[in-house]
Amino acid sequence: MSRYFTEDHEWIEVDGDVATVGITNYAQEQLGDIVFVELPEEGKSFDKGGDAAVVESVKAASDVYSPVSGEVIEVNGALEGEPALVNSDAEEEGWFFKLRLSDASELETLMNESAYEKFVASL
Amino acid sequence: MSGPQDPNFVEDDAVEELPLQELPLDGWHRAKGARMVGFAGYHMPIQYEGIMAEHLWTRDHAGLFDVSHMGQLSLTGEGLDAALEAIIPASIASLGVGRQRYSMLLDEEGGILDDLMVSRRPDDIYMVVNGATKYDDIAWLLDQFPDEITINLMDEAALLALQGPEAAMALARIVPGVDRLFFMQCAAFTWNGHPLWVSRSGYTGEDGYEISLPAEAAAAFADALCAMDEVKPIGLGARDSLRLEAGLPLYGHDLTPDISVIGADLGFAILKRRREEGGFIGYARVAKELAEGAPVRRVGLTIEGRLPAREGAEIFVGKTRVGTITSGGFAPSLGAPIAMGWVDAAHAAIGTALEIEVRGKRIAATVAPMPFVPHHYHRQKS
Repeated sequence: MSRYFTEDHEWIEVDGDVATVGITNYAQEQLGDIVFVELPEEGKSFDKGGDAAVVESVKAASDVYSPVSGEVIEVNGALEGEPALVNSDAEEEGWFFKLRLSDASELETLMNESAYEKFVASL
Repeated sequence: MSGPQDPNFVEDDAVEELPLQELPLDGWHRAKGARMVGFAGYHMPIQYEGIMAEHLWTRDHAGLFDVSHMGQLSLTGEGLDAALEAIIPASIASLGVGRQRYSMLLDEEGGILDDLMVSRRPDDIYMVVNGATKYDDIAWLLDQFPDEITINLMDEAALLALQGPEAAMALARIVPGVDRLFFMQCAAFTWNGHPLWVSRSGYTGEDGYEISLPAEAAAAFADALCAMDEVKPIGLGARDSLRLEAGLPLYGHDLTPDISVIGADLGFAILKRRREEGGFIGYARVAKELAEGAPVRRVGLTIEGRLPAREGAEIFVGKTRVGTITSGGFAPSLGAPIAMGWVDAAHAAIGTALEIEVRGKRIAATVAPMPFVPHHYHRQKS
């Protein structure tokens, strides 16, 4: 399994042709207390960079983009009852949705963990 | 992920193109770990440890807010009471020394130019206006006032607010006597040789104080308060969620020139003599709407589910658009989203079922009494 990151602070972990997507720990820190996550419908398809989810903090709403193209095969239902999971465990239990990849070559455009760490340090 | 789309903290409140100014406590906030944002032309702390925790802390203990961006005005001059009554709808003639009232500046059509606090001190009238509007307010006042009246913008003074059930105990420990003030009373005190002007008021719905003091004393004073177990610094984010729960309107959002005093449900701020005699700018609209009601009204809304409705969201009854959300968010003390909005009078009664459109979906809302969370002011028993 390998994990990639976007400049918009999503992470994506790939296992075969299925990938799990969430927002990074840096992103949840920037947002503050998360009170609602609007998840996509299963079966929906996204292009790379498409609006996939919305995360609402106490103060504001932010769009979450799909890091790559694919079809949603599962969403994290636990976030419905406990959106604060994104604050407490953004990069594991606080995942948003799983995608079936339609073009694995798109992963090459993303950052690996050390590149993302450098990117965040530069902000 | 996109940057947070927060209507309160983007360019509409920043002074266009001008570099942001620094508050007297700028370095103090940063040293306390604040995240700073641009608001009303200043770098301001939006949060320290987190909005939710800061909000709940203020409801249970005491929160220290820096509101030095607000405009503190000292008004003096011959005939000031009459000159001020010709502009604002508050009763100034009956305002005693050490008493404070809530009022507003109205335009000729009765639209709201700003909301404000006005109090009488021994040697002047002291007014606190909103930060984003202070220069416009001064220009407006100068246009209206006769030459005898002088306006001094007290930009050498900081303004701090200490709010919450433990505020009185905490502040009285270093400023003895402040606990004897009741809600909307004010008086001069000293701390370490520095003059303070303290009013028992605020904008969270809790008991508490607003303290005007020389800018150079502000950091030491804030340190003295935050050294106490009851007190933590609180950012703008929690200030906004606290005032929303308290049903208090925010200028530039819930109040603008497009809504009237009666429409905004601020008629309480106009006492009997002024309602009957008028004699202030915008009175014709007030008199008409006192008699007939206002066509659009500011209401509170409770929202079903957990999805917050934000400023700008449209309000519907069936296919008919009946209003707009003017501020909305998640209420930490209630664990649910709440909002304020402007709604056509026919749909503004408490209990009316409405729908709000959020990202193409309709969510159910109900017109609710405000405040959403009861006020805990320290009122004088009459």
